[in-house]
Amino acid sequence: MAKKLMKGNEAIGEAAVCAGALNYFAYPITPQSEVAEYLCWRLPEVGGAFVQAESEVAVGNMLFGAACSGKRVFTTSSSPGISLMQEAISYMAGAHLPVVLINIMRGGPGLGGILPAQSDYFQATKGGGHGDYRTLVLAPASVQEAVDLTILAFDLADKYRNPVMIIGDAMIGQMMESVEFPEKYREQNDPAESDWALNGAKGRESRILKSLYLDPEKLDENSFMLANKYDMMKKDEIRYELYNISEKNRLLVVSYGTMSRVIQTAIDEIGEEEGISVGLMRPITLYPFPGQQLYDEAVKPNIEKVLSIEMSVGQMVEDVERFVRGKKPVEFSGRTGGIVPTPDDVKGYIRKSLGIEK
Amino acid sequence: MINDATTIFKRPESLSETVTHYCPGCTHGIIHRMVAESLDELNLRERAVGVAPVGCSVFIYNYFNCDFMEAPHGRAPALATGFKRTRPDMICFTYQGDGDLASIGMGEIVHAANRGEKITVIFVNNAIYGMTGGQMAPTTMPGQKTTTSPFGRDTNLAGYPIRMAELLATLRTPSFIARCSTQTPMHIVAAKKIIKKAFRLQKEEKCFSLVEVLSTCPTNWGITPCDATQWIIDNMEPYYKLGVLKDPEKGEG
Ligand SMILES: Cc1ncc(C[n+]2csc(CCOP(=O)(O)OP(=O)(O)O)c2C)c(N)n1
Ligand code: SF4
Repeated sequence: MAKKLMKGNEAIGEAAVCAGALNYFAYPITPQSEVAEYLCWRLPEVGGAFVQAESEVAVGNMLFGAACSGKRVFTTSSSPGISLMQEAISYMAGAHLPVVLINIMRGGPGLGGILPAQSDYFQATKGGGHGDYRTLVLAPASVQEAVDLTILAFDLADKYRNPVMIIGDAMIGQMMESVEFPEKYREQNDPAESDWALNGAKGRESRILKSLYLDPEKLDENSFMLANKYDMMKKDEIRYELYNISEKNRLLVVSYGTMSRVIQTAIDEIGEEEGISVGLMRPITLYPFPGQQLYDEAVKPNIEKVLSIEMSVGQMVEDVERFVRGKKPVEFSGRTGGIVPTPDDVKGYIRKSLGIEK
Repeated sequence: MINDATTIFKRPESLSETVTHYCPGCTHGIIHRMVAESLDELNLRERAVGVAPVGCSVFIYNYFNCDFMEAPHGRAPALATGFKRTRPDMICFTYQGDGDLASIGMGEIVHAANRGEKITVIFVNNAIYGMTGGQMAPTTMPGQKTTTSPFGRDTNLAGYPIRMAELLATLRTPSFIARCSTQTPMHIVAAKKIIKKAFRLQKEEKCFSLVEVLSTCPTNWGITPCDATQWIIDNMEPYYKLGVLKDPEKGEG
């Protein structure tokens, strides 16, 4: 299919349609309201359903009900809205339901700001809601990748019957880039074919989708069933990208999302201009985190330090430390509040980390 | 003459054979039966999906022979919205207590009704939080003693009980809204008709329907089952008037 110039938010909407996900529930919030503004006319064209809910609390629960149908369902929101959905996400994880949630992050805490940030790493990767559960988390770095990962997210949600979250910052949503969609659009899942969805107790026992287990043995069993899924994800779903990795690297930078693109520019420039060689590891799955892969890169003898650069006050750095296991010093640099570090800022972080004066 | 015997009363197909966990004298069981009979009579069981609340009736799915999902506290109308929009060909109903629907779930029920979601809501008003041990509900009567209003509901601090059926009937969107009760067989016969009509309207893809059912909680009211039915007559019925408040078939929609 020919390339199109599209705004990230609209491209995400079209990607969902392409994935056969035609059931969308949302509440307006900057910087992602364009998704609903796009899908409110696009979905009726393809026989889909869109409800502008009364709140994100309701959105989370509409997703819950809709997911019980076995069809593909999703929402898009931004940080405060995602906070309000956490109860429902926990319930959906407990009830083994596939759902895709897209968080176009803004700065926080509280009402925060509306500019790009990566402040929801903890919330996305460490649970967010109550209980022993995880969401699979994907982080795109471009509009094209937002499209590709949106399509992938639905496959993964169905495969694991688990919530999948995409976290992108406001830049992903607002930026226009050229994108390509697959030729073939997927049909909606046929609920009649599902062996778990609520499609009517006709000629079979009734089905119950629930998360309540008052018997501790049963709750323990369900929780470890979830844990097994997360172990399978760790085995099969880890995705990441390496950039400029060589034996000359003195520093290994870890960064995700659009921040990593700024870092690529900085790495190119500082290499050319100052002869400092820096490698980059960009996790694409934030949960499961490419921990072993990070360790393998970090322990290479040429690497002096590992530096996590984020648009937050330092969240992913805790995972980086965890996986580097003390083998190398781990540091953090970054800005938040909607400030996107420039390539010059990043070059400054790199020099500072390596103790180079300019 | 055993061969000529005909069955005139049996368990509805929509009910399972599981013995309920409800306290003696609790009318949740009667309301379950009325819902099940309605599903049977309208031939809806095989395409019905219920949404269980959080409250004493959370285990409703163990007592029914149809598919069920279990909502977070108060959110059943949002789940029903999501499901019904995704599967408009199915029948979807919620079954909710008064803490669930009128307190924590106030937002979801008002907006589901206002959007005119084609779902059926069975709203069981027993003027108290049963499951958590008898705390004050938004529907608790003035002066009624509960574990969080031990001297009786003080309307200066807690306001007056919310009349959900009246509140929802003010919405402009067409809907079927009624209140019925369970205190005598006569009331139960009337309630059954209303509940069946609520499901019929959904079957005919007409409108949102909600039936508020006054129900007993002898355990947390601290009285006997017989006194509990009398308590509905003396205390609840004068305040929560029975009847159909809004009916699209009578031009009141
Ligand atoms: C978010 C949340 N808050 C509180 C509770 C605790 N809780 C469980 S049931 C209930 C009240 C149930 O009362 P009601 O809806 O009137 O139903 P009944 O038990 O009387 O049938 C409460 C407060 C919960 N489960 N979830
Ligand atoms: S506590 Fe009240 S509402 Fe709950 S089962 Fe017992 S009588 Fe019924």
